Amino acid sequence: MSARKQPSLWGQIILLSLIIMICVFPFYWMVTTSLKTHIVALQTPPAWIFEPTLQNYREALFEDGVLRTLINSLVIALSTTALAVLLGVPAAFALARFEFRGKKDLWFWFITNRMVSPIVLALPFFLIARNLGMLDKHITLILIYLTFNLPIVIWIVTDQFRGIPYDLDESARLEGASQFTIMTKICLPLAMPGVAVSSIFAFIFSWNELMFGMVLTRSEAKTAPAMAVSFMEGYNLPYGKIMATSTLIVIPVLIFALLASKQLVRGLTMGAVK
Amino acid sequence: MRDRISGRTIFAFIGPAVIALAAIGIVPLLYAAWTSLHFFNLTKLKNARFIGLENYREVLTDEVFWQAMGRTFFLLGTSLPLQIGLGMIIALVLHQPGLNILKTLARLSLVLPMATTYAVVGLLGQVMFNQKFGVVNQLMGGADINWIGDGTNAFIMIVFWDVWQWTPFVALVLLAGLTMVPGEVEEAARLETKSRWTVLRYVQLPFLLPGLVAVLILRTADTLKLFDMVFTLTRGGPGASTEFISLMIQRVGFRGFDQGLASAQAIILLIITIVLAQIYIRVFYKEV
Repeated sequence: MSARKQPSLWGQIILLSLIIMICVFPFYWMVTTSLKTHIVALQTPPAWIFEPTLQNYREALFEDGVLRTLINSLVIALSTTALAVLLGVPAAFALARFEFRGKKDLWFWFITNRMVSPIVLALPFFLIARNLGMLDKHITLILIYLTFNLPIVIWIVTDQFRGIPYDLDESARLEGASQFTIMTKICLPLAMPGVAVSSIFAFIFSWNELMFGMVLTRSEAKTAPAMAVSFMEGYNLPYGKIMATSTLIVIPVLIFALLASKQLVRGLTMGAVK
Repeated sequence: MRDRISGRTIFAFIGPAVIALAAIGIVPLLYAAWTSLHFFNLTKLKNARFIGLENYREVLTDEVFWQAMGRTFFLLGTSLPLQIGLGMIIALVLHQPGLNILKTLARLSLVLPMATTYAVVGLLGQVMFNQKFGVVNQLMGGADINWIGDGTNAFIMIVFWDVWQWTPFVALVLLAGLTMVPGEVEEAARLETKSRWTVLRYVQLPFLLPGLVAVLILRTADTLKLFDMVFTLTRGGPGASTEFISLMIQRVGFRGFDQGLASAQAIILLIITIVLAQIYIRVFYKEV
């Protein structure tokens, strides 16, 4: 038995190390490139050892206005997440606790919302926003991001509410509590993990979004990914600066994703498996 | 057991969400449908006029549209099997007992690709696959491959990044499935047979199926939506070699300014998406 296991143990170690390297290496390369001067970044063959500098970060943040786009992204992602939770939690409570006609159709509608390509909505939203004078405004992105955030919140929180024993509602009702009180005072505290995870998802998806950010903003409400892409115009691209901006975009998401890594997969598959 | 709850109470809870989603989701779709029936070019708005199904006729007979559609499904057909195959191997390795610290490290590393902003993956691809200063050519022993400027290479590069970003997801979904298999059952099966394949096929597979269905549905939907990574990496080029369906619609609508035609393409894409979703749900969730 042990003779058969020994080589497979080494095989495992090699495979695991390979997995770690392949996952981590692009990150390593992004961060190190962001610390290279323009000349070193464009060196052939690429340099592995060099003198790191924070110049790219300084320039990107304070001269090119990446800082402002990061703040825009933060404001937009936080607002749309808050709005999604505010609208989504009561809806989730209704889906978990009440019986009504068309409940299943509503579920299916939420699933299709997740499957629709953003380009399908980007075209009409651009025209509508243009006619209403709402291009390049934070509120426009906050609202359109609800199309993918609201379904996420509803799916995950409904699942949480379903896991809470119905007896708790019963006894509260015997004491005369309204449905609203039952939701806020009894169920919501128990469903907080689900609310937290769905908020993290909503935040990450909004923070990462590119197409709407690109199409619906110009300068005032420009988001960080749209900014990173706008560095790509012209010749002699500032790759160090692009990687510095990319690093600044990825780091916050990474922190959230690692915090929620246990629930990440569950959350992502939720819409499909239900 | 449950009390009858009045329609008004139900509406108070669920109404706001439904109204909000309808306003920001359905109204734009109706507007897209309306636009698709018009000649609607952003640079010639004075000439806007109703032309019935003319845009649809044009899209349905447009070879370029169907090529982009075919390319999208070809990408799905190449990268999804790779993701499932590699994901399965990773999941099985992580499922083995022992080496706990290394495995925890591996599991945390798997989160990195999934957490990377799609647009950033494309930008990173530009840096790493650059012909001159890219680290990929260097790692291949100083190869001189033009990744971004050659159609086939650009497509391979897109497959690489799609696999890099989504194999971890598949692996973690399958790993979750593997941990659902009751320990005693797996033990007993291992005593019965030496063949890992038999154990996988007859004991573990039933527990993996829901996850695989989820992967199939999500990856199909995401591939139809695929935009950010390809836009920042190749912009659909060179030529049209990596122009997938969302990129094509974006090009027609926002770079060619023909919003009427682009809306017709978008509506057809939407119909294909909904039909696929329906088929999946019918096939996999017969009881629904």
